[in-house]
Amino acid sequence: MAEITYRDAVARGIAQEMARDPDVVFLGEDVAKAGGVFKATVGLYEQFGPLRVRDTPISEQAILGAAMGAAMTGLKPIAEIMFSDFFAVCFDYIANEFPKSRYMSNGQTKCPLVVRTGNGAGSRFGAQHSQSVENWCMMIPGLKVVAPSTPLDVIGLLAAAVRDPDPVIFLEHKSLYAIKGEVPDGEILDTLGTAKIVRPGKDCTIVALALMVSRALAAAETLKNEHGIDAEVIDVRSLVPLDTRTILASVAKTNRLFTVEENPRLCGWGAEIVSIVADEAFYDLDGPPVRITTPHIPLPAADLLEDIVLPTPERIVDTVRRSLGS
Amino acid sequence: MSTQKDRAPAAAGSGLNDDIGEQKRLDLYRSQVRLREAEQRAFDLFLQNLVKGTSHLSLGQEAIASGFAEAMVKGDLSFCTYRGHAHTLARGVPVEKVLGELMQRDNGLMRGKGGSMHLTSEEHGVMGSYAIIGAHLPIACGAAWRAQYKGDKDVSVCFFGDGTTNIGAFHEALNFAVVWKLPVVFVCENNLYMEYTPIGDVTAVEHPAADRASAYGLERIIIDGNDADVVYRTAQKAFAKARAGEGPSLIEAMTYRHSGHSRADPAKYRPEGELEKWKERDPIKIYRERLKQFGVSDETIDAIHADVMKEVDDATEACKAAPNPPLDILTTDVYADGGWAWRN
Repeated sequence: MAEITYRDAVARGIAQEMARDPDVVFLGEDVAKAGGVFKATVGLYEQFGPLRVRDTPISEQAILGAAMGAAMTGLKPIAEIMFSDFFAVCFDYIANEFPKSRYMSNGQTKCPLVVRTGNGAGSRFGAQHSQSVENWCMMIPGLKVVAPSTPLDVIGLLAAAVRDPDPVIFLEHKSLYAIKGEVPDGEILDTLGTAKIVRPGKDCTIVALALMVSRALAAAETLKNEHGIDAEVIDVRSLVPLDTRTILASVAKTNRLFTVEENPRLCGWGAEIVSIVADEAFYDLDGPPVRITTPHIPLPAADLLEDIVLPTPERIVDTVRRSLGS
Repeated sequence: MSTQKDRAPAAAGSGLNDDIGEQKRLDLYRSQVRLREAEQRAFDLFLQNLVKGTSHLSLGQEAIASGFAEAMVKGDLSFCTYRGHAHTLARGVPVEKVLGELMQRDNGLMRGKGGSMHLTSEEHGVMGSYAIIGAHLPIACGAAWRAQYKGDKDVSVCFFGDGTTNIGAFHEALNFAVVWKLPVVFVCENNLYMEYTPIGDVTAVEHPAADRASAYGLERIIIDGNDADVVYRTAQKAFAKARAGEGPSLIEAMTYRHSGHSRADPAKYRPEGELEKWKERDPIKIYRERLKQFGVSDETIDAIHADVMKEVDDATEACKAAPNPPLDILTTDVYADGGWAWRN
């Protein structure tokens, strides 16, 4: 057991999989010799050498296209797109190529790859380097979408993503790179498509993802201590596949649902969960499901402004408390 | 800057045992006739409303597909565009499989799930036909990276049109392939038109691919894309370079499509007489003359045509008799487990 950072967990997860399988290769901008702009891939170049850990030009289409061609023909590439906002310049691969080739070819074409990327706000980088793009990815049939919130989950879900036969978008949260967590020694392997109840409770269900998980947990503590509300917090972890069983079972127990989403409000992942719960668990609900999201605006750069627009523990507490009428 | 402008061999007529040889010449001819007749049949079936959706024909451009495919060996990989029927057939995919897909029947190459623009037959090395312009150039780089990494000797060959040279992925892929010294061959089929627009009207240079080669430290290669011998020799040279670990090539093959961009296009934007001029340089006409110069008999040539027509006729009948795809394939192969489940 050791305490490591989320960024170190990224390097450890990649190293674990590269050591295990010589077909795993890694490419991206500044990822090799420089160890990544977020220092999340330090040491991999030294450990695995220039044939397996490769720096690329600033060519996001070439990075994702090359990853796909390698994946189709037998490798298991991990590609890094430095900021998830840059998905917009290589979205053809994410939206048209990775996820549709197997279907269009009637099952002939395989695409076992992972796209890692720095997602989310909190770094005061402004509207084009801070977005939460999980909703861009979740809407595409054929992709899998994962967003870990702890160092342990980074390693286990990254390992699962690399071993998965489908294309997986792996969203690392930039504001979590510095956090620390306990991880056991030895191989760590998790399962895609499994949500985790990170705080059991009986009065309401709060569903969160990535950076929002710690905020939901902080809110739950305040709700319990100051308002006597016992919230259950679920870390979704994987948007596709989506563990709706865990969420539906929780709502059946607590009878109230809240989602905490960093993505802008329209078509955010929480809308899909609310829709599923409304369809399938309507009579379990004692009140309307409530979404707590970033508003439908581009993200501002200034710290004061950015802090206001993201869901905070205070906003979560306030929303839940008022909704429950306490 | 060096310019390679291969022409028909000066020694034409001097004998059968030149660098290409009789058997390969007969294969090149058979291949071109097969692509021509299969696509002509596809057009006829479209007129009968039996080919659905869109289709983009390579009529007049057969020498490029045949010349490259005949120079490839098993294991070499083709990456094609939405104008991909010819390249798919040229790797040996049965006509029935291609026509079946165009007619959206259950006997089609992908049972109707892909359609004309996405022909794929991995068992023949056809790694897909890509309908988003430029997308497959980086993908071909990735397949070549795998060969380089694993020490495999196969070459990835990526075909695209002149219009592709103006999209970003073209430039990203060329730079990437050169920097990583990848065994990939980029083949620009310059048929003079970007869909409905003359390529010269929308391109900064005269030769849309070759004139960009120097920007990536590549040789400027322009060839007669209507002469299958020239194409075949050029392909062999580029493949040898790739297999020797000496990196990518970019080849611009000049050609002309006899029909419009797609089935919806009567190609009225072409100046009068242009099509007729190019039909004088029809690759099949050129090659038939070549065979005769080399002393191949009319009987041999006619037998090739008869064989091809039988395959095309048999394929047509099989496709007409084939059922529609069953509805249960709608939700198969979205994910690798064979299904489409996105939740539990």
